[in-house]
Amino acid sequence: MLGNALLLAFRTLRRNAMRSLLTMLGIIIGVAAVIVVVTLGSGATQQVSQQVASLGSNLLMVSVGKRMGPGQVSGAEAFKLADAEALAKDVYGLVAVAPVASGSTTAIYANENWSTNVSGTTDAFFSVSNQPVAEGRLFTASEARLGTAVCVIGQTVATKLFRLQNPLNNRIRLQKLSCEVIGVLKAKGQSTMGTDQDDLVVVPLRTYQRRIAGNQEINLIKVSVQSGHDTEKVKQGIESILRTRRHLASTEENNFNVMDMKEIAAMLSSTTQTMTGMLSAVGAVSLLVGGIGIMNIMLVSVTERTREIGIRLAIGALENEVLLQFLVEAVVLSSFGGLIGILLALGIALGLSGLLQVPFVFQGGIVLTAFLFSAAVGVVFGYFPARKAARLDPIEALRHE
Amino acid sequence: MADNPLLALQGVTKTYGTGDSQMHALAGVNLTINPGEFVAVMGPSGSGKSTCMNILGCLDMPSGGDYHFQGVNVGGLTRDQRALLRRHYLGFVFQGFNLLNRTTALENVELPLIYRGLDTATRHRLAKAALDAVGLSSRETHTPGELSGGQQQRVAIARAIVTAPCLLLADEPTGNLDSKRSVEIMELLTAINRDQGITVVMVTHELDMADYAKRIIAFKDGLIESDRIING
Repeated sequence: MLGNALLLAFRTLRRNAMRSLLTMLGIIIGVAAVIVVVTLGSGATQQVSQQVASLGSNLLMVSVGKRMGPGQVSGAEAFKLADAEALAKDVYGLVAVAPVASGSTTAIYANENWSTNVSGTTDAFFSVSNQPVAEGRLFTASEARLGTAVCVIGQTVATKLFRLQNPLNNRIRLQKLSCEVIGVLKAKGQSTMGTDQDDLVVVPLRTYQRRIAGNQEINLIKVSVQSGHDTEKVKQGIESILRTRRHLASTEENNFNVMDMKEIAAMLSSTTQTMTGMLSAVGAVSLLVGGIGIMNIMLVSVTERTREIGIRLAIGALENEVLLQFLVEAVVLSSFGGLIGILLALGIALGLSGLLQVPFVFQGGIVLTAFLFSAAVGVVFGYFPARKAARLDPIEALRHE
Repeated sequence: MADNPLLALQGVTKTYGTGDSQMHALAGVNLTINPGEFVAVMGPSGSGKSTCMNILGCLDMPSGGDYHFQGVNVGGLTRDQRALLRRHYLGFVFQGFNLLNRTTALENVELPLIYRGLDTATRHRLAKAALDAVGLSSRETHTPGELSGGQQQRVAIARAIVTAPCLLLADEPTGNLDSKRSVEIMELLTAINRDQGITVVMVTHELDMADYAKRIIAFKDGLIESDRIING
């Protein structure tokens, strides 16, 4: 009985190919939208979590200024080297502390110049921010202390300034400082915020302060926490020491900020998930609209084929057989639309993931769900027209013009 | 006459509407038809002959009285039971042919067999045989739009007899055809009645067509006015 109904449904839909396709469009778009959004969303989430892993384990960023909102800070007194040393000495559970003074500077080599971020820091920087060297070497603790004119550059800077040349042992100019490139950092890619983590030049802190910045200021202290230690407690320890050193009264708010990179990453990935959810809901609305489209066209079809229904009833079709015929037609219509939507969505997701540089993560669950949902749309929205057809009076139906 | 009539109407009435607007389409009809008969039903429009045909075809239910088909009281059957009765024992031919559009002659003839649950090969075999019987074996893949009126009616007859029914109900089968095609159709119905032993009940307006039958029943005002055997 079901086999016959399928056969009849395919015959009818084929006879109205254009109308069938247009009716399916709503379902196609809905299914495709949901799958594309979820696939890209989970790709983005995966990317975020990979970036979290690349940030370095248990990294805390201590920056100057009160946090006003995303990326906004209000002015406040900079840190000093002594602050970083105090943290290293007095906070329990730290692996390393790297004070960082940085600014934007144009780096020059021969005829090439490239505006980049120059950071003055200690040798601890590389381990704290999880940036190993790819070629050459990192500067040593004694070089850092002495303020030697050496630098380690990121991949982006190496490419922009040296093209295909080997940058090692060449000298680049940063404002008035001429320094020797002793190492190139391993490529790290984009950060969670979308900035290029390979676009940097690292010089010893003392060199930076004396020869580039001309002051003793430090804008950022990177702290890595021993694994297994509660970062929240470490954060509190850092805050209390810095409050004392910066002479803040108990009523005053912190004029610095301690950020846990993991928290930020978690926040970002939950943002991604929220966006995915919302966009999926939009897609689901489209599925609903598609369902109503199917109901509409099925009602038109029932009216149009009243005489056919009359003939079928007259030659002995049961109520359920007519019901099933129209229901199967609606389900075939919607699930076929779902199938096309799935194929379309996978194509689009594959294309967009390349374009947006988000990894393509195949989500079998959502594909199956979307397909079942589209079939269910057919059942739900096809039932009413099908019941209407099944309950027709054969005499009236045969008289219908 | 035979002991077991094919069908019997006893005091059948049919009333439409309620109260003052009540209309009696049938006012107590008694009728017995035996297997193998070829009956022509005549009468002016509104005389109740169409209503009577709908009741004979189990498409409509009497308001009063009894209708027995092969000894079964149709009045006691549900909608689906009546559908099954039509499926297995009845064949219909309509004035307007009532074929499925954009569907080939073969597929049209196969339609009742689909509801009988036959497999594709059997369906094809039976449908081809039926088309052959009405002289349309060369038109299997034509759709109704590609066939003449006479040919369409022959496809409809093939659809009605493909299940080898006990009773063939024809509602003005020649009403839309010219006289030459009408004669062809009547000869076909006569042959079906004679060769396959299928009982035929046919409504017609034309005496010429009624003359092909063995028995003519005339309706007037919801009652049988006359009932005579011809060509007996």
